[in-house]
Amino acid sequence: MSARDLHGPGAPWGPAEPGSKSNVDFQVIGRAHSKVDGLAKATGAAVYADDIVLSGMLHAKTLRSPHAHAKIRRIDVSKARALKGVHAVLTGESMPIKYGVIPWTPDENALAVDKVRFIGDPVAAVAAIDEDTANAALKLIEVEYEPLHAFFDPRESLVRAEPAIHEGRKEGNVSKSVQLEFGAVDAALSSADVVVEDDYFFHGSTHAPIEPHCAVATYSPEGVLTLWSATQITHYVHRALAQVLELPAHKIRVIQPCLGGAFGGKSDPFSLEFCVAKLALLTGRAVKMLWTREEVFYAHRGRHPMHLHYRSGATKDGKLTGVDAKILIDGGSYSSFGLVTTYYSGQLLTGPYHFPTYRFDSTRVFTNKPPCGPKRGHGSVQPRFAFEVQLDQLAEKLALDPIEIRRRNFQGDFTRTVNGQRVTSNGFLQCLDEVERASRWKERRGKLGPGRGLGVAGSMYISGTNYPVYPNDMPQSGVQLKVDRSGLVTVFTGGNDIGQGSNSMCAYIVAEELGIGIERIRVVAADTDLCPVDLGAYSSRVTFMVGNATIDACRKLREKLVAAVAEKWQCAPARVRLIEGLVVDLDDTSRSLTSVEAFHLAETKFDTLGATGSYNTPKLGGDYRGGTIGASPAYSFTAHVVDASVDTETGRISVHDVWIAHDCGRALNPMIVAGQMEGSAYMGIAEALYEEHDINRFGLHRGPSLLDYRLPTSLDTPEFRALIVESIDPEGPYGAKEAGEGPLHPSLPALSNAIYDAVGIRLKHLPFTPAKVLAALREKRESAALATQGGTR
Amino acid sequence: MRAVGEYQLEVNGDAQRVSAPDHWTLLEVLRYRLGLTGSKQGCDKGDCGACTVLMDGRPVLACLTLARASEGRAITTIEGLMPAHLRAGGTGADPLQQAFDRCGALQCGFCQSGMILSARALLERCPQPSREDMRDALSGNLCRCTGYTQIFEAIESAVAEKLALQPRLRSWEAQRAAQEPSR
Repeated sequence: MSARDLHGPGAPWGPAEPGSKSNVDFQVIGRAHSKVDGLAKATGAAVYADDIVLSGMLHAKTLRSPHAHAKIRRIDVSKARALKGVHAVLTGESMPIKYGVIPWTPDENALAVDKVRFIGDPVAAVAAIDEDTANAALKLIEVEYEPLHAFFDPRESLVRAEPAIHEGRKEGNVSKSVQLEFGAVDAALSSADVVVEDDYFFHGSTHAPIEPHCAVATYSPEGVLTLWSATQITHYVHRALAQVLELPAHKIRVIQPCLGGAFGGKSDPFSLEFCVAKLALLTGRAVKMLWTREEVFYAHRGRHPMHLHYRSGATKDGKLTGVDAKILIDGGSYSSFGLVTTYYSGQLLTGPYHFPTYRFDSTRVFTNKPPCGPKRGHGSVQPRFAFEVQLDQLAEKLALDPIEIRRRNFQGDFTRTVNGQRVTSNGFLQCLDEVERASRWKERRGKLGPGRGLGVAGSMYISGTNYPVYPNDMPQSGVQLKVDRSGLVTVFTGGNDIGQGSNSMCAYIVAEELGIGIERIRVVAADTDLCPVDLGAYSSRVTFMVGNATIDACRKLREKLVAAVAEKWQCAPARVRLIEGLVVDLDDTSRSLTSVEAFHLAETKFDTLGATGSYNTPKLGGDYRGGTIGASPAYSFTAHVVDASVDTETGRISVHDVWIAHDCGRALNPMIVAGQMEGSAYMGIAEALYEEHDINRFGLHRGPSLLDYRLPTSLDTPEFRALIVESIDPEGPYGAKEAGEGPLHPSLPALSNAIYDAVGIRLKHLPFTPAKVLAALREKRESAALATQGGTR
Repeated sequence: MRAVGEYQLEVNGDAQRVSAPDHWTLLEVLRYRLGLTGSKQGCDKGDCGACTVLMDGRPVLACLTLARASEGRAITTIEGLMPAHLRAGGTGADPLQQAFDRCGALQCGFCQSGMILSARALLERCPQPSREDMRDALSGNLCRCTGYTQIFEAIESAVAEKLALQPRLRSWEAQRAAQEPSR
């Protein structure tokens, strides 16, 4: 069922009447509640993958490539196999079938076959009685490599096809290339009153969830393989395991235990999942593999480095006429989600501003570095950084206030973007108003004293996409409800709670719809044996899609409850209201039943009580190849103002405050929404100032530890002010849209723009290290001096 | 073969006989011998703080502490807080754990056992900490989800509850309060 069918024009949560209080009709939605798993996490009771201990469990370790690019001439595992305590050793030939999260680009093996493509590429795996023995066995594996020329600069991969990182591709070392043009861009730019053309660079960054990847597998005597994995997409792991292990999918059960952070970094199927599964099959023992922190850095799948060139034109009054982008994307060694990344780098820029014309030319190439993939704000944080800085450059040329130029180009709501994407609700103007008001932009800008400034930026992001990775017309999300005679309602959802609170979101919706307390609801999630399929926690799809599926299931169940009670009371169903653990007659409030009594009545009248619900997107997207990639049933919008200062002696940047205004449609739980906004902005500021996933000229990571890869501590993190804007989307669950990724985007350009406001330097190359700040300040002084000399001559 | 020793640790008020290789850290013994998996391994080299436990009331990194070196010290893990609170006549989880739950501080939760224990130690020595005190005290505990704001708010909420103070409005609450009259 699509959301439009579900909610209809008379959705009960339409915009609040003027003068009425918001949320007046809601009992649960719109208020702060604890999470369903909050206390389990607070008390240490929550079970994460590495907390799972099974009897007789073996421990597995991975041997990794020391070469960035090499042929494997020979592998000899006989000595490792002979070591006492070793139960099995795997190499590439144990699992030769290639896989990839995008079905069109399967180019990965669980363990390298014939060649390795980055330092850290998995080559062999050992299962032994303990980690020490497994590590000792790895040292006994002999691998003979023939090193090949390694690519570390994407500009080289673009022009040099040999040696091919992936053989047999007609595109050489190009992973994906997309050129799309909407309208006559060159004409629009040549007729513009002002044009800004510039280069920007986005470095790589990685997710660094505090929980390292971990997987545990066991194989039952009946031939069922069970895998617990720290994954954010159970369903795709399930499919990939069936494919690679050549097992029927019904013989595989994948369970996501409590997950210690993901941010996109646990979206791909990973080597360790296949290895523990295969090792369990071979040994008949449970097998666990926990990656070290260093391995997590090499597994990566983080933000793609991008070389971005933008040319934008505007009229005298600041209206954009056209935007032209050329982007080179460093994909690292495998495809991962790269096909989507390449499209997203262009497709997701076309809001919240109206682009009369637009062109992008994006090319992703392979290099011999850890593979890149989706990190929070997949494919769209990098172009957003470049464009929002360029928009400030345009504003400066036109002597316009940076907030004003953004207002003037607002695309409006219920419209279509230049690339054919449907936009529904759009609260971007309110977002600008909120950050302008809260930061006291008008009073404070330009009056903060030397070295301190304010910067603004905006963005938009998807609430899921209608591109389901593998083509099918089945629902993207399914939910099942089961009612117990005790009054407990169990929700079964394939959705992955990765800390964002999706299980809690399901519970809030069931509580709202059935008028029962949250404590009467249990959520069983992300277990392929028990739960209907959901496509997982990525592209900010969960609240929108799982939320709508949950509402759908609840409405069907509620209909039965209401019918049973109406029959007993001999009244019209419209008079029956489920609220606060009771069922009441709206016309005679002295008449009521408990929810439990109503459940019993309905079970008596109908059958064992339960319901299913589902969600699928409506048909969306532009009518061209790739037009559905980036098409979302609803877009979120964000604006940030950053208050920052620069120490011109040391080049050190201090961020004081970040005001984050985010249009999430409706905040189902404003506290959780605020937490997503703050966490997003933290991650954006972190990659602007501190973090760099940098690979040196030998292919080695410059700092694969949580000390050297500098995650901000509580001392480094600025104050965040979360400001929630609710545009009430007609198709979202109660009007909700996403909140987990959009609010990251503006952090980086708003900071760059604040630094310009503070000290007059445009930082266009991330990250903004003290060395870059000092170099830019020196350059500014020198060009000022030259200008002065020129003036006196 | 590496040497295996037998020794006694005091964990959450219980005297525990432990038999483990001498090179094992306190974190390994807690997780793999005593089944106390609430203490997490995020980096195994003292960078992230997810393994933080209290030793004689002070936060230490269990992944950098040899288990044998913990003999004779009182160790508190995250699992110890709720039973201690119940023994002292309280109900439910420790008030600080409840505050973390109530305030949204628990996203993925992986860093939070260490975070809560560091915060517990802070409150023992400083019952009404400022934000700066909190930033100092928690700087050894990395959180990747929250941006720390809701962690600070949780500690403030626990303090406000204990001292019967009015907690300050969160940014979105202040925003709502400002908007309400105009609606």
